[in-house]
Amino acid sequence: MAVLQMQRVSICALKKDRKAILERLQSLGIMEVSQLAEEEDEIFQRMDTTGPRLSFEKKAHTADQALDVLEQYVPQKKSMFASLEGKKLVDKDQLQKAAENREEIMEMAADILLHSRQIAEKKAAILKDENQIESLSPWLGLGVPMNYEGTRHTVMLPGVMSAGTTLEDVYRILAEQIPETEELHVEIVSSGTDGVYLAVFCMKEDAVSVEEALRQGGFARPSQMVPADPAVRTEELKADIGKLNREIERKEEEIRDCAGRREELEYISDYYRIRAEKYQVLGTLPQSGRTFLISGYVPAKAVPALEKAVAQKYDCVMDVEDPKEDEEPPTILHNNAFSSSVEGVLESYGLPHKGEFDPTTIMSFFYVFFFGMMLSDAAYGAIVAIVCFIALKKFPRMSAGMHKSLKLFMFCGISTIVWGVLFGGYFGDVVDVVSSVFFGKEVSVPPLWFAPLNDPMKLLVFSMLFGVIHLFVGLGIKGYMELKDGKILDFFCDVVLWYVFLMGLILMLLPSEIFRSISQMEISFPPFMNTLAKALAIVGAVGLLLMSGRDNKNPVLRLALGAYDIYNITGWLSDVLSYSRLLALGLATGVIASVVNQMGSMMGKSVFGVLLFIVVFIVGHAMNLAINLLGAYVHTNRLQFVEFFGKFYEGGGKPFEPFESDTKYVDIKEETLS
Amino acid sequence: MSIWENLGLVYALLGAAVAVFLAGAGSAIGVGIAGQAAAGVVTEDPSKFAKVLVIQLLPGTQGIYGLLVGFLTLSKIGLLGGGAADLTPQTGLLILAACLPVGIVGLISGKSQGQAAAASIGIVAKKPEQFGKAMLFPAMVETYAILALLISILAVTAIPV
Repeated sequence: MAVLQMQRVSICALKKDRKAILERLQSLGIMEVSQLAEEEDEIFQRMDTTGPRLSFEKKAHTADQALDVLEQYVPQKKSMFASLEGKKLVDKDQLQKAAENREEIMEMAADILLHSRQIAEKKAAILKDENQIESLSPWLGLGVPMNYEGTRHTVMLPGVMSAGTTLEDVYRILAEQIPETEELHVEIVSSGTDGVYLAVFCMKEDAVSVEEALRQGGFARPSQMVPADPAVRTEELKADIGKLNREIERKEEEIRDCAGRREELEYISDYYRIRAEKYQVLGTLPQSGRTFLISGYVPAKAVPALEKAVAQKYDCVMDVEDPKEDEEPPTILHNNAFSSSVEGVLESYGLPHKGEFDPTTIMSFFYVFFFGMMLSDAAYGAIVAIVCFIALKKFPRMSAGMHKSLKLFMFCGISTIVWGVLFGGYFGDVVDVVSSVFFGKEVSVPPLWFAPLNDPMKLLVFSMLFGVIHLFVGLGIKGYMELKDGKILDFFCDVVLWYVFLMGLILMLLPSEIFRSISQMEISFPPFMNTLAKALAIVGAVGLLLMSGRDNKNPVLRLALGAYDIYNITGWLSDVLSYSRLLALGLATGVIASVVNQMGSMMGKSVFGVLLFIVVFIVGHAMNLAINLLGAYVHTNRLQFVEFFGKFYEGGGKPFEPFESDTKYVDIKEETLS
Repeated sequence: MSIWENLGLVYALLGAAVAVFLAGAGSAIGVGIAGQAAAGVVTEDPSKFAKVLVIQLLPGTQGIYGLLVGFLTLSKIGLLGGGAADLTPQTGLLILAACLPVGIVGLISGKSQGQAAAASIGIVAKKPEQFGKAMLFPAMVETYAILALLISILAVTAIPV
């Protein structure tokens, strides 16, 4: 239960070992590189590595794109749980082999991308051809090129008129407009809903007046004049599409042929990613003519390994020191197997800053406790625990964050089983319902403690009791931190006085009429306890009034600040009331589960009734489990973040981001730190 | 059996109806608001589907709380078991009053929580790693629905029938 001690390690080594040392550091992955803020001078200068780094990043990106293309044409079969599987573990040799063939693999990647681009171009060409075929389709019967110039004396005017125009209409229009022209021939090529396609033949000298006359009747030249017989042209286009399709298939085939080399692409992508990372670090190193400096944070317990791997192997000076006052080293949490599972929850709030107490261990117990209380159904808990357990066993290589979350849910599931047994919830009241509806005699599993629905006030009181304990522990941690920092006065004023004040108030509340009516519990103290309670409350209140504003010299302001601090008692009240969600969410699970059971058993004892029950049971409980799991998760987080952390925790630490082989597809098997 | 003789039962049933329909309407509005934001995020980046769906669901709890109180009321007045209890109009009105908190707070907080959830979906769209924090903002609103639920449950169970 702690934050790992960090040390600053600085290594000054010869330039000839630079590559080897950097690669060793990267494969160890235990140092967060953070140079001492030193300006460049004449001797130590930084190297500009932007160029090579960008080129490596681009190559990694090319390989990624090639992999995307492969995925598109040769989809890999992925199970539903692919995201749980994590990265493959490969030998360093395999990566090395891929690295030796990098030119050839990158060529393949470029080929794949080229093919995919060509396929896209050809698909666009097909689309163009298809559009042309579409626009030619009304002219198929024309039999001459559309821009046919006519014979020696005649011309052809192809065009479109509005739908429904008949041959007679055209002749009538022409007769009305230009009665003197008689040498005319009109032929309708095709007619459809979008218009009538026709060709009008006339003498060359009449062409202008005929077209003008037709235009009056709504005639328009076709938008596209294909210099070929439409029927012939269509055939050509169809042949072209066929050719393009065959080419696309050939290209696709070529892409598919590369599918077997997917792994090599993954290796090479990661290889370039690792090199890009290395060059990024290299660019930050101050270097002289023959030496270079690297400095960063290393967890104290990893320093001996680093010494063995670097300091004893190469000619160098390794300097280890504790971080200085003004430095803010990154944070690594270190907890036992149980508590580390809530580290992800803590991270989502913020890691402890330098010198702050790591609340993970204490939080882990409350987290699992509250979660179980909110879900509070033994069967649901068993489902959650078993599913998480199987996932953990089946996919041992899942990412670390996922592993922690699943482990957390497994523990929460176990806690839910315990609470379910205490409250007597197994899929709500399924045992009662099934036994009475389908077997005709009522069997029920009695709760080990009590059923919340029968006595909600009792559970409410217990919820608040757990809340008070949770909050007092939070306040206690604040006190511990202040004591550790040697702030005795702060500890007394901010923590002890509040404890005294609150204890006094609680002891005054317990024997009162209000409490009795809420909890139906009669608590009577001997008279000296009542006096003690009053004394504690008064001492606490007066102490807070006088001491809370102690930073202020002005006595009036000091008292005002003290009074304001006492007003914080309302904050405590609302914090404690907030724990009533433990009761409300627990009841919600149980009641909705019984609604589901009730709905399922509506058809009574019959074959159809049993079938209906099974369907409703599965769907209803799956939905109830999902929504209550979400509720329990969100509200447990809230109790930790708002109520508990509000008492003592600040967060704001930087996560540890070591210089390591930050890969996307594979994990590299490292030789052990020997 | 005229309705006037059973006025108590009518009031009690009205209470159950108010709890379910007001709180359910609040949730429907809230989930709808959040759903619009979620759909927008998914058009841009379908991989965030699971995360935004979780946040979209957050305002859905008010409806469940309403259902819970409605169900408690029904079982209290014996409508589920077949034999309805004989309620005086006073008791019926008491039950109706007990159902009001979860209904009204559910309606209003459901809508507000939907708006907070829509804003949180905006966080997930831009900074998916802040999912944990994004989920908390809508949960803050829900506190008040839980408090109302609590009072409704306590009141419904405490009324003698």
